[in-house]
Amino acid sequence: MPTEDARREHRIAALERALAERILVLDGAMGSLIQGYALEEADFRGTRFTDSAKDLKGDNDLLNITRPDVIREIHDRYLEAGADILETNTFNATTISQAEYGLEAVAAEINREGARIARASVDAAVARDGRPRWVAGALGPTSRTASMSPDVNDPGYRAVTFDDLETAYREEVEALIDGGVDLLLIETVFDTLNAKAAIFAVETAMEARGVRLPVIISGTITDRSGRTLSGQTTEAFWNSVAHVRPLAVGLNCALGADLMRPYVQELSRVAGTPVSAYPNAGLPNAFGGYDEAPHETAAHLGAWARDGLVNIVGGCCGTTPDHIRAIADAVRGVKPRAPADRPVRMRLAGLEPFEMPAF
Amino acid sequence: MTERTTVFVNVGERTNVTGSARFRKLVADGDYEAALEVARQQVDSGAQVLDVNMDEGMLDSEGAMVRFLRLIAAEPDIARVPIMIDSSKWSVIEAGLKNVQGKSIVNSISLKEGEAPFVEQARKVRRYGAAVVVMAFDEQGQADTAARKFEICRRSYDILVDRIGFPPEDIIFDPNIFAVATGIAEHDNYAVDFFEATKRIRAELPHAHVSGGVSNVSFSFRGNNPVRAAMHAVFLYHGIRAGMDMGIVNAGDIPVYDEIPAELRERVEDVILNRRPDATERLIEIADRYKHGRTAGGAKGDDLAWRQKDVAARLTHALVHGIDAFIDEDTEAARLGFDRPLQVIEGPLMDGMNVVGDLFGAGKMFLPQVVKSARVMKKAVAWLLPHIEAEKARTGNTSEQKNAGRILMATVKGDVHDIGKNIVGVVLQCNNFEVVDIGVMVPCAKILEVARREKVDAIGLSGLITPSLDEMCYVAKEMEREGFEIPLLIGGATTSKVHTAVKIAPNYHGPVVYVPDASRAVAVAQSLLAPEHRDAYAATVRAEYQRMREAHAASQLTKRRLPLQAARANRAKPDWSAHVPERPLEPGVTVFEDYDLAELVARIDWKPFFQTWELAGRFPDILDDAIVGETARSLFRDAQTMLQRLIGEKWTTPRAVVGFWPANGVEDDVELYADEGRTRAIARVHTLRQQMWRDEGRERPNFALADFVAPKDTGVADWIGGFCVTAGPGIETKAAAFEAAHDDYSSILVKALGDRLAEAFAERMHERVRKELWGYAADEDLPNEDLIAERYRGIRPAPGYPACPDHTEKWTLFRLLDAERTVGVSLTESLAMTPASSVSGWYFAHPHAAYFGVGKIERDQVADYARRKGMALAEVERWLAPNLNYDPDTAGRASEAAA
Repeated sequence: MPTEDARREHRIAALERALAERILVLDGAMGSLIQGYALEEADFRGTRFTDSAKDLKGDNDLLNITRPDVIREIHDRYLEAGADILETNTFNATTISQAEYGLEAVAAEINREGARIARASVDAAVARDGRPRWVAGALGPTSRTASMSPDVNDPGYRAVTFDDLETAYREEVEALIDGGVDLLLIETVFDTLNAKAAIFAVETAMEARGVRLPVIISGTITDRSGRTLSGQTTEAFWNSVAHVRPLAVGLNCALGADLMRPYVQELSRVAGTPVSAYPNAGLPNAFGGYDEAPHETAAHLGAWARDGLVNIVGGCCGTTPDHIRAIADAVRGVKPRAPADRPVRMRLAGLEPFEMPAF
Repeated sequence: MTERTTVFVNVGERTNVTGSARFRKLVADGDYEAALEVARQQVDSGAQVLDVNMDEGMLDSEGAMVRFLRLIAAEPDIARVPIMIDSSKWSVIEAGLKNVQGKSIVNSISLKEGEAPFVEQARKVRRYGAAVVVMAFDEQGQADTAARKFEICRRSYDILVDRIGFPPEDIIFDPNIFAVATGIAEHDNYAVDFFEATKRIRAELPHAHVSGGVSNVSFSFRGNNPVRAAMHAVFLYHGIRAGMDMGIVNAGDIPVYDEIPAELRERVEDVILNRRPDATERLIEIADRYKHGRTAGGAKGDDLAWRQKDVAARLTHALVHGIDAFIDEDTEAARLGFDRPLQVIEGPLMDGMNVVGDLFGAGKMFLPQVVKSARVMKKAVAWLLPHIEAEKARTGNTSEQKNAGRILMATVKGDVHDIGKNIVGVVLQCNNFEVVDIGVMVPCAKILEVARREKVDAIGLSGLITPSLDEMCYVAKEMEREGFEIPLLIGGATTSKVHTAVKIAPNYHGPVVYVPDASRAVAVAQSLLAPEHRDAYAATVRAEYQRMREAHAASQLTKRRLPLQAARANRAKPDWSAHVPERPLEPGVTVFEDYDLAELVARIDWKPFFQTWELAGRFPDILDDAIVGETARSLFRDAQTMLQRLIGEKWTTPRAVVGFWPANGVEDDVELYADEGRTRAIARVHTLRQQMWRDEGRERPNFALADFVAPKDTGVADWIGGFCVTAGPGIETKAAAFEAAHDDYSSILVKALGDRLAEAFAERMHERVRKELWGYAADEDLPNEDLIAERYRGIRPAPGYPACPDHTEKWTLFRLLDAERTVGVSLTESLAMTPASSVSGWYFAHPHAAYFGVGKIERDQVADYARRKGMALAEVERWLAPNLNYDPDTAGRASEAAA
């Protein structure tokens, strides 16, 4: 019997091979699907958190413990739709985010269980048809930002520090690794300093566990200014996170495919790694829902694939298993993008990128 | 500039406490605002990287580094460039690395303490994601000769690249720039040694860079800046040719090599290149002569052209660019141009903020810049405040609050996102609003409790996730229930103007306003909280939202429909056991001949009259309207004069007919009976049912008028009424007479008055029906406005109007009333009434009876309706064309194809 570590290394090697051969498909939205189950406060509380002083409804990650059946079913639906990589239901599972619900003490457990549910779902699917699939441990941005002050009278104030974030992420990463994830996905990065704390934590946690897992980093361009919330351009963002030598770098959330394209194009031009992209199903409509039909999202992502912009595609807010099915169909057989081959230069960043000119 | 200088990277050096006495003093005094100006000036002058150094014995270097970097992060025009975190203490460097989101340069690490700490620190630098400056320093000390400089750099390079996988392109060597011309012979060759080492590094250590602190070289000429600057220019000129591609320099203060006076340049060059033993003496000889010359040929980087513009433009520039250096003087200049200090805020400052808002909305500014603009705004307001206070003291007018208002901000229950809310809070505070921020996941009850306790002037709700939208609707409902009056502001990523208009605003009678982004929050809050603007602004928003609701409803009409059976299942179901329909006091048909005109005039609703003339506005306010007031007054005068003549000369004879019949509902129809035994049906009124999609739960029924009459199987004895009123044939006769006299104005006027009289007549008859004829509301006593607003029991829908859009039902109505004979009103081929100044319709008396629009209907209902009416489908489709939710031509073909 190979050890679990050996099995994971085997899976990671297969992931790297697959990425060279084809365009991989991530899953779609978790929150939108959970909404479809019309869960009530009691579902979120389960039998264990009946005494919580705070309302727990909306703490989707807690369902890993209280309604694992729902999460498992959603994972299964995405695999059935053709997803190659599942994201764990742990977007808000840092101690920082869970503290809003008074549940920081169970954050690690939420992560571990989240990883186990996805792991079981993937393992069952692989056992059925032998086609390799992977589990990505999702690390969300938290609800705080390390680069901006919430207090106008003190722009030097920070509601969260690098050290706070690093500690929280480290606990999350270790639990995800223990739960059996194959890779890590630092996603929806709206403040690169938060992401850098996550990267630092990932490196430290992997060192502590004596393992190496690939990392995908996915930033969020919040609007047509082409900047992250904390003000960085796409290229500056890439320069600021390239040091982790990610398996892939990408963009997700905030925008639909049509508005996201220019920034994916920009990333594709500069990134010496595979590029991932999982937009929302259009912009939210007046009622917070998403209207873009599966074939519409898939048409955009299919075009990106054919234009050589992407290596990993999927969906963010508002996407469904139908979207993922359509996206998988749209990119099937399309040659994956070759990483950008740019001359060796020192590349730095403030809010804007800086490239050392050739001498 | 030579070709080579283009690859040289300037690192701004003035934000370095070891190199700038001024900066050191600013930091020591805690004057970070001025310290930031130094940084901004460096970037404006072309620094591509900003060196920050806080190494000073008397300072808390770590604290100062962290504070300054955080403050820089809030200054987008400084933060756009990468930072060089400069310290000889590792702890300071690490603190700095934790506070920059970009990729920085660490300056510096070295082998000074041996390999172990060097490797440890390099690994950390890598993990934080930075490039690194490595000093030519080892266990033996700082390298001074070219050979030792290079050897240490090579050893460092091998460790970094081979042992820990540090990217060679992220390594910058600093082979030590030492002072020359010190009078000590051993120092004379230092610059040359630097150049030699640089050449070897560039040649033998691939991708690595060379940098240095240039000002060190001229240390012995302290106090003579022109000579120092010339030395820097010459050193750079040669250093760059040797391969130095980065340098810490005062970017705004380096003269162009070619512009240095020839004599000075030659003697400086002798020193730098160690070309003759007496080079130092020869430079000292002439140095004093240059002491008071211009420091540099280059201009300051600040482009102050905008200072030449007028004061409003200067304020806008300052707000857009977030520059507060001149804001006090510009605000003062603006104040002197106005009568009252408050006008500066309301005028040029708000104009400037609106430009900021527009740029932000167009994606040309981003949030941090907007926050900065808000800060500049705050300073301007702060400047004005004492003047505003003084004015108040002078005029005794204390009605203005000290702050612009107090606003409660909360992220609603179930939602933890607060970044947007915080930004809005920041911007509002900048604009003199007091913000009571009660955090995230706040239950409705707490929001209202705090709002009441803190006596806030407005409530701002934020939310990012979809379920928050429902919670906001709930808060609005609760505000209504608890009798709040204050404005409710809605913001956050999933919110929208349409949602606010359609779903939130209808729940609350107070102002409800959507705030699209932080930059708009100020204008909205100011408009809503200023007593002089509040009502007008709220009315404008309310009108706009009403239009959006209508447009939204219209767009919904073409959308998903319920099948007829499902719509019927969702019919309105009044409790027939709870309501006993009143038997009319005067059953059958009653005719009113020659009705008193004066009684009708008093009941005219004038608003539609002005609309006829395309004058928009509420009556009587419209008479005082600034733009159309005069026209409206003149028109109203003419109308009054004509009305007097119309009554006095009895131009026309109003007539009315009203009837009541026993009736019961049969599915979507109403059956009318000849007798109260209900044995003989004399007519069937066919009504159409709403088929708009209703979500599950379906709180709102799919109405049909038949729902308001007791179904036959209930055994309840119900009634229906009908009426036809007319202003009489005289209106048209008179109009024709005016026309013949080429008095078009009077012709239109008399017809417009005829229409108003007919409507007033219909309203008056309805009142009499309620009180006397049917008599179900004998005690009703409502003023005219309430009558116009239809605040009474029962409805009088007219065939051809939204609740019963089928005009052909008039055939039934007119037959029952015998209207042509009783009141002289007949139907044209297209079912228009003639005379035109007539109104007809049904009376429904049920307490729940309400007006509604049938909206678009599906083919299943139209087919069923045609069958019930015994009409051809195509004919019904022709009459109901505006209500069809399908194209009758293609729908027919499609169903055939499907069959």
